[in-house]
Amino acid sequence: MTVAAIEAVDVSRTYELEGVSVSALRGVSLTVDQGEYVAVIGPSGSGKSTLMHLLGGLDRPSGGRLVIGGRDVAGLTAPELATLRNETIGFVFQAFHLLARTSAVDNVALPLVYRGVGARQRRERAAAMLGRVGLGHRLHHRPNQLSGGEQQRVAIARALVTEPAVLLADEPTGNLDTATGEAVLELLERLNAESGVALVMVTHDQEVAARARRRISVRDGLIQSDTRHDRPPSGGPGGPATLEHAPSAEPRSASGSGPGRPPGGPGGAAGATGRLPRAGGAAR
Amino acid sequence: MRVAEAWRVALDALRANRLRSLLTMLGVIIGVASVVILVAIGTGTKQQVEQQVEGLGSNLLLVVPGRLDVGTAPVVSPLDLTDADAVSRVVGDPGRVAVTVASGATARAGNRSDFTTVQGVLETTPSVFTRSLGRGRYLTGADVDTGRRVAVLGASVARSLFPDRDPLGQQVALAGVRFRVIGVFAPLGQSLGVDRDDEVHVPVTAAQRLWGTRRIDGIAVKAPDRERIDQLGERIVAELSRRHPDTEFSAVTQQQILGVLGDILGVLTGVLAAIAGISLLVGGVGVSNIMLVSVRERTREIGLRKAVGARPRDIGVQFLLEAVLLTSIGGLTGMALGVGTALLVDAFSPIPAAITWWSLALAFGVSAAVGIVFGVVPAQRAGRLDPVVALRAE
Repeated sequence: MTVAAIEAVDVSRTYELEGVSVSALRGVSLTVDQGEYVAVIGPSGSGKSTLMHLLGGLDRPSGGRLVIGGRDVAGLTAPELATLRNETIGFVFQAFHLLARTSAVDNVALPLVYRGVGARQRRERAAAMLGRVGLGHRLHHRPNQLSGGEQQRVAIARALVTEPAVLLADEPTGNLDTATGEAVLELLERLNAESGVALVMVTHDQEVAARARRRISVRDGLIQSDTRHDRPPSGGPGGPATLEHAPSAEPRSASGSGPGRPPGGPGGAAGATGRLPRAGGAAR
Repeated sequence: MRVAEAWRVALDALRANRLRSLLTMLGVIIGVASVVILVAIGTGTKQQVEQQVEGLGSNLLLVVPGRLDVGTAPVVSPLDLTDADAVSRVVGDPGRVAVTVASGATARAGNRSDFTTVQGVLETTPSVFTRSLGRGRYLTGADVDTGRRVAVLGASVARSLFPDRDPLGQQVALAGVRFRVIGVFAPLGQSLGVDRDDEVHVPVTAAQRLWGTRRIDGIAVKAPDRERIDQLGERIVAELSRRHPDTEFSAVTQQQILGVLGDILGVLTGVLAAIAGISLLVGGVGVSNIMLVSVRERTREIGLRKAVGARPRDIGVQFLLEAVLLTSIGGLTGMALGVGTALLVDAFSPIPAAITWWSLALAFGVSAAVGIVFGVVPAQRAGRLDPVVALRAE
């Protein structure tokens, strides 16, 4: 049995806005195991972004217990939390968040700067990572010289160059057209399968979410459902069937709070329409 | 983050906004340049005055009625030539004693005239004060004894009264009385904006007759040696006090004059430097302002850097270095500009300017310090930004 990459127990997050307390998360428990592929779905305002920030160590919970990479974030100072992010988490954002006027290879090398890696080694590792995302020929291009899909692939390389345990992708295809978004998803799924990095993807797109083997639906600051599927639904467009063998389903069923029921045939179609929650809605 | 990396990032950030960086630096450049220039002018003036006071001749003792001090009113002199004789007896050598009775007067030659200072002096003046003649001869003992109406012109007076003639042997009317020109001084130049060549020397006896007085203004003594100069001064003052019990006398040395002048010019230099320092301060506020703008502008970048593992201190150092870099580059440029301007001023204007290493070191140190002081607040603000909020910024 391996240690969970992220473990949240009854985690809540409350914001103080002009003296009024607003609860964004109201007690969420979940575990992300190593190598997992999880989609977090929910409408805007559901708390899924807050959950994402907590899971990535960008924010701290107001209550509950949150353990990232084996460390309880409650006991960490801001610098320690920054180091934890650097070592454990890779982020991919909807808006790419690349540094303008900085080459692809230097963008990818950025997290290694804060790890204290020397300049030459940084560039070598960044170049190698860009090669893995298919941008070995774009090392010295700047973001404005790259297409949207290429920019997001640079961002993915940056997220993975530190060899993190978890890759957190926040609407990674939100700024891309369908075909480019599909390619980026395939890349993320391939990297998840190849390198064993856990992939947690926040999305509001049911079609995208349907590709994940585990789907967590968030609404009103609570997990509404947490379901697992041994195979991606048949409705997924050109799903990477050849790659989905990598992490076995067995260890995961032990850690999730949902019942982990296998999907029914029509369930895939329902997920693709984006109308109905998946089976196993009574997660908590 | 390694320091070299932080420098590179800071330099890139400045390069990315060339015009803005330049304009921000301009405040520091002007501030540092004015500090360097004004301190150079203050120092140059002080050095020039010191040279001139020392150039009066070594071991000089000036004996005047009243007290030589800043802010005391001049006293009407009770001295006459018999007092000069008494001082000569104290000194033991009449050749070391000079007197002066001076007054402003109009000098006229043909249809040209010039308002100048007429000094009634003894023939000992050139050896007591170090003065050299350009042409002709100086006054003699016989000229003084007989009150002969002969005059030695300062270089400016000679130039203005006789622009195209040799003044030697010509007649010049001083306060309406005709004198014959027997010599012209070598030029001395200016001191604190005063033309030191604007004077005419005549025998003291002739000057006293001209103004209908028997008084002299003061006595100067060239002491035989430096060691006993204070002691000699005391003896002279004692002798004069005995002769004129109602009047206070002082004997001052060049060192004392230098001390008083040095104090005045030191205050002047300090005030100038303080005014320049204010402009440097204003430049620093500009740096602070632009750093706050920079932090706001690059909030998303800060958010991203934090997301990938930058600690608050890494971000703070990055922005602090950016501010220090701004003011240091501005400081170096301002120093170069200040030194260049000071050299030009010294070469092409009557104002003296002297560059001192301490003023350069001070200006650069202050500008770097300004960067730190005014960069700390924006840097801290950047370091403390919440990564979640920063990533969402527009």
